[in-house]
Amino acid sequence: MTEQSQTDTVPASESRSATAEAPRTRIARGRFSDGNQRQILGLLAVLGILIAVGSFTTDNFFEVSNLVLLLSQASIIGVLSIGMTFVIISGGIDLSVGAIIALASVWATTGATQEFGLWGMLFTAVVVAGVCGLINGVLIAYGGLVSLIVTIAGLASYRGMATLISGGQPQVVRVDGFGAIATTEFLGIPLLVYMFATTVVLGWLLLNRTTFGRHVFAVGGNAEAARLAGIDVRRTRTIVFVLSGLCCAIAAIMLTARTATGASTHGNLYELDAIAAVILGGTLLSGGRGTLIGSILGVVVFTTVNNIFVLNNLSTPIQQIAKGVIIVIAVLLQRRANKESAG
Amino acid sequence: MSTTLLQMRGIVKTFPGVRALDGVDLEVRTGEVHCLLGQNGAGKSTLIKVLAGAQRPDEGTIEWCGDKVSLRGPAAAMKLGIATIYQELDLVDGLSVAENIFLGHEPTTVGFARRTEMRGNARRLLERLGHGEIDPAQEVGELSSASKQLVSMARALSLDARLIVMDEPSAVLAHDEISGLFRVIEELTRQGIAIVYISHRLDEIREIGDRITVLKDGRTVAEDLPAASTATDRVVSLMTGRSMVSAFPERKSGSAPENQNELLRVADLSRTGEFEDISFTVRGGEIVGIAGLVGSGRSEILQTVYGARKPRTGEVELEGKRLPPGNVRAAVRAGMGLAPEERKSQALVPYESIAHNVSLAALGRYARLGWVNRPGEQAAAEEVTTALRLQPSDTKQPVRVLSGGNQQKAVVARWLLTDCRVLLLDEPTRGVDVGAKAEIYALVRELADSGVGVLLVSSEIPEVLGLSDRVLVLREGRIVRESPADEIDEAEVLDLFIEGSAA
Repeated sequence: MTEQSQTDTVPASESRSATAEAPRTRIARGRFSDGNQRQILGLLAVLGILIAVGSFTTDNFFEVSNLVLLLSQASIIGVLSIGMTFVIISGGIDLSVGAIIALASVWATTGATQEFGLWGMLFTAVVVAGVCGLINGVLIAYGGLVSLIVTIAGLASYRGMATLISGGQPQVVRVDGFGAIATTEFLGIPLLVYMFATTVVLGWLLLNRTTFGRHVFAVGGNAEAARLAGIDVRRTRTIVFVLSGLCCAIAAIMLTARTATGASTHGNLYELDAIAAVILGGTLLSGGRGTLIGSILGVVVFTTVNNIFVLNNLSTPIQQIAKGVIIVIAVLLQRRANKESAG
Repeated sequence: MSTTLLQMRGIVKTFPGVRALDGVDLEVRTGEVHCLLGQNGAGKSTLIKVLAGAQRPDEGTIEWCGDKVSLRGPAAAMKLGIATIYQELDLVDGLSVAENIFLGHEPTTVGFARRTEMRGNARRLLERLGHGEIDPAQEVGELSSASKQLVSMARALSLDARLIVMDEPSAVLAHDEISGLFRVIEELTRQGIAIVYISHRLDEIREIGDRITVLKDGRTVAEDLPAASTATDRVVSLMTGRSMVSAFPERKSGSAPENQNELLRVADLSRTGEFEDISFTVRGGEIVGIAGLVGSGRSEILQTVYGARKPRTGEVELEGKRLPPGNVRAAVRAGMGLAPEERKSQALVPYESIAHNVSLAALGRYARLGWVNRPGEQAAAEEVTTALRLQPSDTKQPVRVLSGGNQQKAVVARWLLTDCRVLLLDEPTRGVDVGAKAEIYALVRELADSGVGVLLVSSEIPEVLGLSDRVLVLREGRIVRESPADEIDEAEVLDLFIEGSAA
């Protein structure tokens, strides 16, 4: 959107100078190309329809408590989808995020860690998840392994480690301050939502306003071109996975606080929800193109579907079917939009 | 010789910004080896694609055995009996010889391949080519280039091909393998199969060819030339056309690059199997051109100098500072820039805007602590693209809308933003139409006049001779001649190329 406002600052005479090629090239522009804008508008339309459905089929959809619940439900997957957006734009995939959450939550809640109090627990979660991301990143960028394989291995072994440490038992959080993370509210909105919003803003700035963000797009769009332009492709790839790990840390803290336990079963299959949201948001699975706003909208759409189904007392299986259908339809629409803008 | 098999008339094919074929005629008779000659960019590869059904012509007619046909797709061309053997052989390395030969048309019983029959048939086809020694059960990935080529030919025979197009088949072969290839071709033509043979090596064409068609700038400029008796001079002048010479900017007389300081020094650079003992220097304000055939190691040298490949031996110095081998970032930081051969796959980020592509290498200059000063970046990108007269001038457009010439300008613009001292250009005018070529030439000369050292690689000899101050002639990975550009001519360069392959 900001890109758009910048277009206006270009003198019209210069940007519209009559050239023979001009008509042919007025197809799409910039990162917020028509294709991306259409994507986001499409998601907003879907969200509008869902809200309409929600308000017609239920009495309490628009109640503040329900909307707040919806947002806090979206927070955890939302935070994950931010890291996932970086990873997928860079041309990779991270299937290990759910397992990293489990390991971070378990490690942060062991008896020994809890001795160090709130800050010790937060620090542990961040370091554990960050190191898991670093291991993924180094194996992929410097070891030359495919991200799908490395993170499948991570998915298995990080969760295995979590089970080993916890002995398969949930670990109750005894530090008082920790539970407060999930219960504190400002102005009627839970702290979890503020954490989510802060991560979105930081992620957006990092992706759209820094050299690193630009490098992520370049590496995902054409890694060889990026390398030959003097960009450190391997470092960029590594950092992207560390970011994903740090997002897991935040998600693990949120989840552990909400459930007041650390458990090796935490975050099961969260990777699929995060990936689905990112794809729904219009990020190309092949890399090089995508928006963070789209991913967030993707998460909100899925959470709203979830919410409406729960309010209507519909069963989980039907919910899952609806999710699958939404993904397929969204990707089909995406393909059409891409074809048009490529034409 | 005998009857006309294929008759193409007035074939036109345009791509955005490029008129690749602009009225091509081609007549091929049964049982002949028909040579197609032309410089890079003359339209040979587009013509092959039209023949293979991979590209549909915009205008023109194609007759096959006297009947008008339209080649709707690769399958249609195959069905008529036209097979194409590309330079990058399109075989599946993980499958066996027999499986590759029958890929897509396996003899089957309710979906199960009849493997024994397939192997038997494969053996018979290979024997027909005089190479029964190739085991049909062997995995193709283990074969040499020459054997892979034979598998491709056997594949063509299995499809009952009556016309086989070979795109520079000798480029991937060693000298002794080429005579083997010629024996196979003779065998095929004896069986009435026509061959369209593409090669840059005139001596080969003399040996194996019957007739020659010459393409230039997308047009047929000569047909029905006897391959054995047409003078080399005549072929070369048809291929190059002297009108191009005027496209080159004048060298600044008196600027005497000798007085300039040495910017780039390359010493004893070698890479196993690619090039050996390459040493040269480039001064500020000087354009040094490397002339060499495909496979002579020219692009590899450029990439190694740039650090994109690691040399076995040798070193590269920029302004007296030795660069760490195999480190692109160090080279870029020291002031080097590369405009690679394949712009789309090696230089451009397709979904990004023109401005973002231009600023890619210099982004750090428009950023503080990693935070991009976007107005500054945008202004710089616009300034440099305006100076290069890049079209369209709206740099927010995605880079993929650019024509070949403008893509090249965008890549050069990238290095102007980094204030690069030495610019490496790999095939700077490939896929660029004639008008834009002259613009690129002028731009390169301007850069040199501003003190930049330019190292140029091109397969178009006139381009190397016309643009450079000094020329290095490369043959099979070695520099065989170094000369001021105005003291060597095209025939001499061609001689230097050919000498080796005739031996």
